[in-house]
Amino acid sequence: MTWIADIVHGILLGGFYALLASGLALMFGVMRIINLAHGSLALVGAYMAFLLTEHLHISTYLALAPVLPGALVAGYVLQRTMLERSLRAGELVPLLTTFGLLIVIANLLQQFFSPDVHSLDAGRIGPASWHISSDLSIPWFDVLTLGVAFTVLGGLQLVLRFTQLGRELRATAEDAETAELVGVNARAVYARATAIAVAIAALAGVFYGMRSGFDPNAGANELLYAFEAVVIGGIGSLWGTLAGGIVLGVSQEVGAQINQEYFALGGHIVFLAVLVARSASSAPRIRYAFRRFA
Amino acid sequence: MTDTAVAAPHPRFRVQRWTPVSLLFTGGLSGLVVALAFGPVLLGENTQNNLIQLYFLVIMAMMWNALAGYGGLVSVGQQGFIGIGAYAAVFLSVQHGLNPYLSMLLATLIGGAIAIPVAAVVLWLRSGAFAIATWVVAEVFAILVSLDPNPAIGGGTGTSALLPFNLRYTPEQRLHYTYWAALGAVAVLLVLLFVLLRSRLGGSLQAIRDDEEAAASVGVRVLLGKGILFVVAGAGCAAAGTIILAWQLSVLPLGPNSVFGINWTARMIFMVLVGGLGTFEGPIIGAVVLYLLQTYVSVNGVWYFVMLGGVAIGFALLLPRGIWGTVQERFNVQLLPVGYRLRSGD
Repeated sequence: MTWIADIVHGILLGGFYALLASGLALMFGVMRIINLAHGSLALVGAYMAFLLTEHLHISTYLALAPVLPGALVAGYVLQRTMLERSLRAGELVPLLTTFGLLIVIANLLQQFFSPDVHSLDAGRIGPASWHISSDLSIPWFDVLTLGVAFTVLGGLQLVLRFTQLGRELRATAEDAETAELVGVNARAVYARATAIAVAIAALAGVFYGMRSGFDPNAGANELLYAFEAVVIGGIGSLWGTLAGGIVLGVSQEVGAQINQEYFALGGHIVFLAVLVARSASSAPRIRYAFRRFA
Repeated sequence: MTDTAVAAPHPRFRVQRWTPVSLLFTGGLSGLVVALAFGPVLLGENTQNNLIQLYFLVIMAMMWNALAGYGGLVSVGQQGFIGIGAYAAVFLSVQHGLNPYLSMLLATLIGGAIAIPVAAVVLWLRSGAFAIATWVVAEVFAILVSLDPNPAIGGGTGTSALLPFNLRYTPEQRLHYTYWAALGAVAVLLVLLFVLLRSRLGGSLQAIRDDEEAAASVGVRVLLGKGILFVVAGAGCAAAGTIILAWQLSVLPLGPNSVFGINWTARMIFMVLVGGLGTFEGPIIGAVVLYLLQTYVSVNGVWYFVMLGGVAIGFALLLPRGIWGTVQERFNVQLLPVGYRLRSGD
């Protein structure tokens, strides 16, 4: 029976990972770069929400109202100042600059917020849960997270499919130069994609802060989990990311069931197994799979 | 198109590998290494300790540059091999009572051996996917080591190699031998990389870095080339890890400042970007810069890493060829000749 509980909790956790991963997948899909600072940017969202709740005594959910637009702006500025130049400089440079950003963010957070663990108040639904049986209870907050993940992924899907911005994003992802020939401003499209990605990351970060404690170095693990969800789900589809998140969540919960310390290890091992399986079956290169994003 | 048609020199041009400057410099560097070998006799304890630090930084920078600058492989997981080196040396010397310096040598080979299966998993990935996969592997190593049931190895509080060193050596002897081991490792790895990059492999690696598909289409064995680099870098980083162990005597498995910590990668990227990515001499310069910074500019830990990351971003964007790459471009010099130069007339 505890195994069923693990699987249920893993699925719910997967919703969180899908939320965390969708921004990463969006940037990867559109610009073909992996933003190594993605987890750290999520963490900045959590710390900003922490500042607002501490000083203005507002609920964490209300803090999202200024945090999300702030993250949109931050993402836009990040693209225009740093990532755009990196993209022009070649395939490897975005990795180097986003890694530098990861180190800068982790240490600035440590400077201003101390290395201690902080957490965000999840409100009244935080501790509440449905007791299904003696072994299985479903926390309301996890269901809310999964719901938010569905909403964000669905919303992203609708934007990509039906809006002008979505068409431009898909065209640019397919072939930026040709898109520019027909009048798309690729730089502007990239900036909007990063803005959206950072805003979703901040949202995920705030949910992360309500789910568990966080410290300045937590961004690294969040990046790894997000990327693992993207890869396990099969790069190139948003709903695949949800599936990947769920597989990752279940692997971690099952790992933790064997031994508390195996939580992260369970996910890492499934991720590496997926990599081995893909390389063994000589699956199409990741790059090409990515062209079909969304 | 045959080989001879490509290689046949144009009558008015000749291919030059050594220049008077590079001969002079390579001779000078060899002389410097020999001179530094007298460090334990001539230098004070503090200076020796500082130089050991410089030596393992040089090794790390060279290894990271070999991967990224010559193979186009941005790894953010080399700290995994640093940790493997340190812990394998603990395993052999503490657990099995081997001589600690023999353990360090064997641990270096273990690092190279472990890099082989890792290469098989990660090398088919491109750029960002490769980067994160190497990081995941490093995390797995760190977690497995920290969970090892053996009290000499496992546990988040770390482990110590004080005992095997103290059983055999006085602290003074330990310092001298560690100094020589570190300098020796630098020299061996420098020569190894130099020979490797001057060989046919060096040319094919640079072809891979510049355009993997094109290189494959003219017959370069892409995976083999990358694999050799990855294994050498794994062994080299393991060697750096063993030196760190012998230098500070105790190591931690978890956290950004541990021997498996991501901060090592931050240092490597800083050194290589500042010195000059893809140049042979650059990482050595970068290592000296970092060494001078941390020895003579006192900044506390947090701001030190903010500076490291910030400067790395700045160099990547504004001076992508680094200090040495820029100098090389301006003055057309190569001190350690791994490339080819075309000279007209003679």
